[in-house]
Amino acid sequence: MAIEKHDTPMIDQLEDGPWPSFISGIKRMRDQHPEERINAMANDLLGQLEHSYETRKGYWKGGTVSVYGYGGGIIPRFSEVGKQFPASKEFHTLRVQPPAGNMYTTEMLRQLADSWEKYGSGMVTFHGQTGNIMFIGTDTPGTQHFFDEINDYGWDLGGAGPCVRTAMCCVGAARCEQSNCNEQSIMRHLVNNFTDDVHRPALPYKFKFKVSGCPNDCVNAIERADMAVIGTWRDDMKIDQDEVKAFVAKKGRKYVVDNVVSRCPTNCMSLNDDDTLDVDNRNCVRCMHCLNVMNKALSPGDDKGVTILIGGKRTLKIGDLMGTVVVPFMKMDTAEDYERIVEIAEESIDFFAENALEHERTGEMIERIGLVNFLEGIGIEVDPNMVSSPRQVSYVRMDDWDDEAAKWFNRQAEAAAAG
Amino acid sequence: MAQQHRTPIESGCPDGFQYMHPVMRKNYGQWKYHEHTRPGVLMHAAHSGDQVWTVKAGTQRILDVYSLRKLCEIGETYGDGYVRFTLRSNIEYMVTDEAKVQPLIDALEGAGFVVGGTGNSVAMISHTQGWLHCDIPGTDASGVVKAMMDELIDEFKNHNMPNRVHLTTSCCQINCGGQGDIAINVQHTKPPKIRHDLVANVCERPSVVARCPVAAIRPALVNGKPSLEVDEKKCICCGACFPPCPPMQINDPEHTKLAIWVGGNHSNARSKPSFQKLVAAGIPNNPPRWPEATAIVKNILKVYKEDARDWERINDWIDRIGWPRFFEMTGLPFTKFHIDNWRGARERLNASTHIRF
Repeated sequence: MAIEKHDTPMIDQLEDGPWPSFISGIKRMRDQHPEERINAMANDLLGQLEHSYETRKGYWKGGTVSVYGYGGGIIPRFSEVGKQFPASKEFHTLRVQPPAGNMYTTEMLRQLADSWEKYGSGMVTFHGQTGNIMFIGTDTPGTQHFFDEINDYGWDLGGAGPCVRTAMCCVGAARCEQSNCNEQSIMRHLVNNFTDDVHRPALPYKFKFKVSGCPNDCVNAIERADMAVIGTWRDDMKIDQDEVKAFVAKKGRKYVVDNVVSRCPTNCMSLNDDDTLDVDNRNCVRCMHCLNVMNKALSPGDDKGVTILIGGKRTLKIGDLMGTVVVPFMKMDTAEDYERIVEIAEESIDFFAENALEHERTGEMIERIGLVNFLEGIGIEVDPNMVSSPRQVSYVRMDDWDDEAAKWFNRQAEAAAAG
Repeated sequence: MAQQHRTPIESGCPDGFQYMHPVMRKNYGQWKYHEHTRPGVLMHAAHSGDQVWTVKAGTQRILDVYSLRKLCEIGETYGDGYVRFTLRSNIEYMVTDEAKVQPLIDALEGAGFVVGGTGNSVAMISHTQGWLHCDIPGTDASGVVKAMMDELIDEFKNHNMPNRVHLTTSCCQINCGGQGDIAINVQHTKPPKIRHDLVANVCERPSVVARCPVAAIRPALVNGKPSLEVDEKKCICCGACFPPCPPMQINDPEHTKLAIWVGGNHSNARSKPSFQKLVAAGIPNNPPRWPEATAIVKNILKVYKEDARDWERINDWIDRIGWPRFFEMTGLPFTKFHIDNWRGARERLNASTHIRF
C-alpha cells in the first residue's frame, strides 16, 4: 500500500546546496526502503519536522522507557502531535557505547545497520555529544528487541539521566605522536568500573569521564567532563635539532621567531644563531603549541603520565565551569597506577553521590562547598598546582595554620626520602 | 507464569583494538610525526617506518542506513575496511597505501560526501538534536548546520584559516552542542508561559523550584489548584524549568532567538582553555535556512581570516587586538547585555588603563 506523503515545502529546501542533506536521507527511507513500516515512520517523521519548521516549535516529550534490567540508556520520545503523525508517535533513541577511540570495521557497521533496520527507523548518528552511537527512532518493543540482538554480539547501552555517562577519548596512541598515555585503556578502566552506575541512574546528576592524550585536549575534557584525564610528561621535551634546522631552513627565521619562540606562553624558548632551539624546560608548561607547529622536531618527553581535573561542565545551572586540577601528575604504567586512578574516580563519585544536591554537577558542588572540603572528602592532599594564585580574600579562620604547615613539610620530607 | 526476560550482558565500552586498523594496532603509542599532505588528508609516520593515510569526510551526521552502507561500501572497495568517527561526526578512512588516497577521495566526493575538515579548516559543526528528536529545542540543529555548512563548504574543504575553527550549534541554552570558536546557540528572551491546569499533574514542583538558578520560581495556588509562578523580573529565561516541567513553555515562535558566542577554545595550547563569549544576539530563528545567523558567522570568519596571524585561534586573535576592536571590525553592536552580571562577573571587567586608542 502506497503511503500518502506529507507535503514538506520548508524542509525540502534543506535538500539544496552541496553539503549532504539529512532530509534526503530520511526521504530515502520513506521512498526506497522495502519495508512499509519504515516508509511510514520516515514519512510521519518528515511530517512532524515540517510542522516544527512551520510553527517554530518542537513537539517531542520525554517519558520512561528502558530495557529489562536497566533504568536508563534510552532517550524516550513521544510525539505531542502523534494523532497527525501516528507512525512516528513513539520515536525513542537508544544510546549505545561505542568502542574506545570510535573505531569500527565496515563489517561491524553493516551488522549494526542490519539490526537497526530490523527493529528501528534506520536513522543513526555517529556520535552524539555524550559519545554514544545514537540509534534514533523506534517504538517501545523495538528498543528491547534491538538491544537484545546487539547486546548478544558485543554492544551495551550507554547512560542517560543522573548516572555515569558513556566516556570519550581521543584517537591518541592509535594514531597520534602527541599521545602521552594509553587513552583507550584509561577510559575503559574508568567507565567499565561503573557499569552499574551507567545503567541504573541513581546519582544527583550526570558524571562524565573524558580522556585526552595530550594538553591539546581534543575531546574537550577540561571544559566538559566531571573527571578529565589529560596525558602529559614531566621531563624535558625531546628536540631533534637537525629537524629544527630543517624547519628553520624551510620556513625562515622570522616565521620561527614569530610563531614558535614568541608564542610560548612562558617565554621558555630561544632560537640560537646556528638555528637550533634552546628550551628552558623548567618553565615549560607543556601547552603543546611548539610541538603542534614543529611536530617532526619536537616531541613529548619520556616520563609520561596524566593530569587529572575535576568539575568541568557547561552551562546549567550556575554557569560554565572548567575542571580544577586535583592530581598534577601521576604515572599510568602499572596495574597499581590503574587501580589508583579508578580509586580516585570511586572516591569522587561516592563523595558526589553523598554530598551533591539534586541536579548539581561536581563542579557546582565544589563551588558550593569549597575545593578543600572536596579534597578532604576524596583523600587528596593540597598542592600549589591546584590554584592559579593563592587566596586573595583575608576573611578566613587559620587557627590550625601550624598543623597544616607541618603537614606540608612532612610531605616534602617524605617525598625527598622516597627520592 | 511470569514471562522470562533475557538478562543483559553488561559489557560496557567495547575494546577498540578489535576494530582498529592493523597498522595502527601494530604501532600503538609509537607514532613519530604527521603531515597534512593536502586538505582532508593526514599522513602519520611511526618510528617503525610504517605510514598510515587518513582521509576525512564530512557527512550529514543523521545517517540513514543507505548512507551508512554507502560509506561502508566505499571503505571496502577503496579503503582497507577500517573507519573511525570523529567527535564532530566526520568519518575517517585509514589506508596504508598512498595510491589508495585519491580513488578514496574520488569515491567519497562522487557519492556526495565532503572531503576536508583537517588542519586549519572550519570544522564540521558539532550539534544537538533539535526539532528532529530533542524534547526542549528552541530551534532545529541539523537544519541550521546543513544550511550553514552549505555556505562554509569551501572553508571545510580548504585549510587556509589562521588556525583551526571549531563551530558548534545548540538548540537551547543548556548548550549540549559544546564550546566553540564560534557557537550558534538559542537564546530565550521571554519567561516561560505556564499552563496552570497541567502543572500539578505533570511536574514535581519542588524539583522545578530547585532547578531555577535565580530563585524566581515559587509554589502558588492558581484557580484553587497547586501550580507554580515565576517572578518575571528575576527570570533570566534560561529554560532550566522546562525539562522537568513542560507546562512551563519556554519556546516561542517569535521570541526564541539565536545568539552567537566566540572564543571558546578547549586546547591548552598557548593560553589556558577558554569559554565562549557573547557577541551577537536577537538573531531571528528563521527556518529553513537561517540566513541571518549564517551571515554573521561568515562575517566573523572573514574578519578573523584577514586579520589574525598564523596559529592564532579566534580567542588568541581577540586577546591580541582587544574586544573593542573586535566589535569595530565585525560591525557588531556592543550593548549592555555584553557586560556580564552573573556570579564572578567583576573578574571580567577592566580594572586597568590597558586601553587601545
